[in-house]
Amino acid sequence: MAMKYIRRRLVHAALLLIAISILSFALLQLAPGDYFDAMRMNPLISAKTINGLRTEYGLDRPLAVRYEHWLVSVLRGELGFSIAYNSPVGPLIWVRARNTLLLTCGATALAWLLAIPVGTWSAKKRGTLADRACGVAMSTFLTIPDLLLYLCLLLLAVRTGWFTAGGMISPGASSLGFWSKAKDVALHLLLPCVGLALTITPMLVRHIRSALIDVLESPFIRAARAHGISGTRVVFRYAWPVAANPLISLLGFSIGTMLSASVLVEVILSWPGLGPLLVEAIFARDVYVVIGVVMLSSVFLVAGNLFADLLLLAIDPRIRVE
Amino acid sequence: MRRRFKLCGALILLAGFQSLILLAGFFAPYTSTAQDRRFPFAPPTRVHFFDAKGKFHARPFVYGLKNDPVDFGAYGIDFTRVYPIRFLAAGAPYKIAGIFPAHIHLLGVEEPGQLFLLGSDGYGRDQLSRFLYGGQLSLLAGLIAAALSVSLGIMLGGVAGFYGGWLDNALMRGAELFLALPWLYLLFAVRAALPLHINQSQVFLLLVAVMGLVGWARPARLIRGVVLSAKERTFVLAARGFGASDRYLLFRHILPQTSGVVLTQIALLIPQFVLAEVTLTFLGLGVGEPLASWGSLLSSLQQYSVLSSYWWMFLPALLLVPLFLGYYIAADALQERFKSVSL
Repeated sequence: MAMKYIRRRLVHAALLLIAISILSFALLQLAPGDYFDAMRMNPLISAKTINGLRTEYGLDRPLAVRYEHWLVSVLRGELGFSIAYNSPVGPLIWVRARNTLLLTCGATALAWLLAIPVGTWSAKKRGTLADRACGVAMSTFLTIPDLLLYLCLLLLAVRTGWFTAGGMISPGASSLGFWSKAKDVALHLLLPCVGLALTITPMLVRHIRSALIDVLESPFIRAARAHGISGTRVVFRYAWPVAANPLISLLGFSIGTMLSASVLVEVILSWPGLGPLLVEAIFARDVYVVIGVVMLSSVFLVAGNLFADLLLLAIDPRIRVE
Repeated sequence: MRRRFKLCGALILLAGFQSLILLAGFFAPYTSTAQDRRFPFAPPTRVHFFDAKGKFHARPFVYGLKNDPVDFGAYGIDFTRVYPIRFLAAGAPYKIAGIFPAHIHLLGVEEPGQLFLLGSDGYGRDQLSRFLYGGQLSLLAGLIAAALSVSLGIMLGGVAGFYGGWLDNALMRGAELFLALPWLYLLFAVRAALPLHINQSQVFLLLVAVMGLVGWARPARLIRGVVLSAKERTFVLAARGFGASDRYLLFRHILPQTSGVVLTQIALLIPQFVLAEVTLTFLGLGVGEPLASWGSLLSSLQQYSVLSSYWWMFLPALLLVPLFLGYYIAADALQERFKSVSL
């Protein structure tokens, strides 16, 4: 039963990704102009040369043929050919994707680590002044534009010099040993990670609080309390497992939010992830890089949701029975 | 009672903010492109009641700036002359809502003096004026995009929920597709598909259209859910039993029940789209100079020198907080309100 469910989910995810790839391909095919547009302005380059180049890079072929070629190159791990970098897209993207993944995973972990205690505490104290103050603080935080938050972090780094902002490693760090290198990366990761985590923490806190409150008001919790089980134990051993379901779906969903937010973080705090690459590729009209980044981020998102679904399957017997 | 108070408060805040921006010409001391080339990056002008001798003035006044003779780009205050602030002063002509010509500004000072309440930008333009004029563009983008995506959502979600079957299936698979795309990336991809150098109004329209078209999936799914339960309500079944047409049922009985979801979604989507516009413009992919929009006001912060030395360049972003707070509280209150009605 479970295997069937997993298989169905996998097929679903694969179909979704194929549809996304067709959609993004079609969208970018509609684009007027291409990479060689800037050359057209140059009187020293003849139209024949440009047409030759377009043929060489296959830009003059029909959409279906290009899509087919692209699919083949995806299977080879190349993901098309970047004209601006004059290399296959794959190697360009993998490094960046690793960095983005590092950032989003770190930020997700940090955000949940922050949100779980705060949300739980707020749910336990529901209705009190402390809970309300927490709610107001979270709503205010939610309304601060991400842009402002990241810029403030950057300002903090520039002004105080306590943080290493910009890039991923210090110059000359490649000669260090493994542990000092890891420490160096972690230091660079700190600021973008905090920024990204703060973007979604308020939302997580709200969800955790409301999910827990729903459970804490149900009769079985009152029964547990009446048996004299301590408040902390009730919350963590009785309420949390019941409240966990929607929160696990939220985990999958929050990855999508993270990915969108990470573009801005990466650009502002110069983390060498997919975001800056995407912006550069748009300016250069480097179609395959754009498609590659969009596809890869969709893969992350779909994988995140899939992961959440499988996690649910693992911990909730009700889904296995259905 | 408290709930109603909350909604009212949010709506008043929003109405106030929106009218400030709608009447930008009146509230802004200058036009969005008026330049004072003597004073790039001038700090916010301080409004005084007491002059240097400690004498009280009933009418607030400002001092002029003078360029520091040694340190270029630094300003000293010229205490020799006071410029009283004039209310309802005649100034540069503008048009109210783009139609009625007018030239009265709420605040103004006499010519060589300048009133930069939020400081000036790198071209010596008043930030407050640019913020107000920029709001016209950014908020309009948010409003149109939200209206577009919610009406698409009503149409597609309503049809999917009402007719069901293969149509429902197809539409919801489509919605899933759009939800599975990280939407900012999608927005970028669509922006990538557009030529980089097209004229400003085209950029604006395309941006709005794209944001609106991309955002239909979530409202559509929510509305479909409401329609699904609404069409099973007894009075709807009764109307159907009396031979009401599909059209009548949809418009008369079912869609009115979605109003709660629709309003909540609009309140949630507007700030989201405004932020999307700000983000795209910040990165240089939206409307550009000399047009003012909230994104372009902030984009100068990408330079380290501006970021670290001119704190007032942050003020426009800070001013967005009350606006977003208003929408956020409104969405929250609407959600609570309609939940209690429908249950």
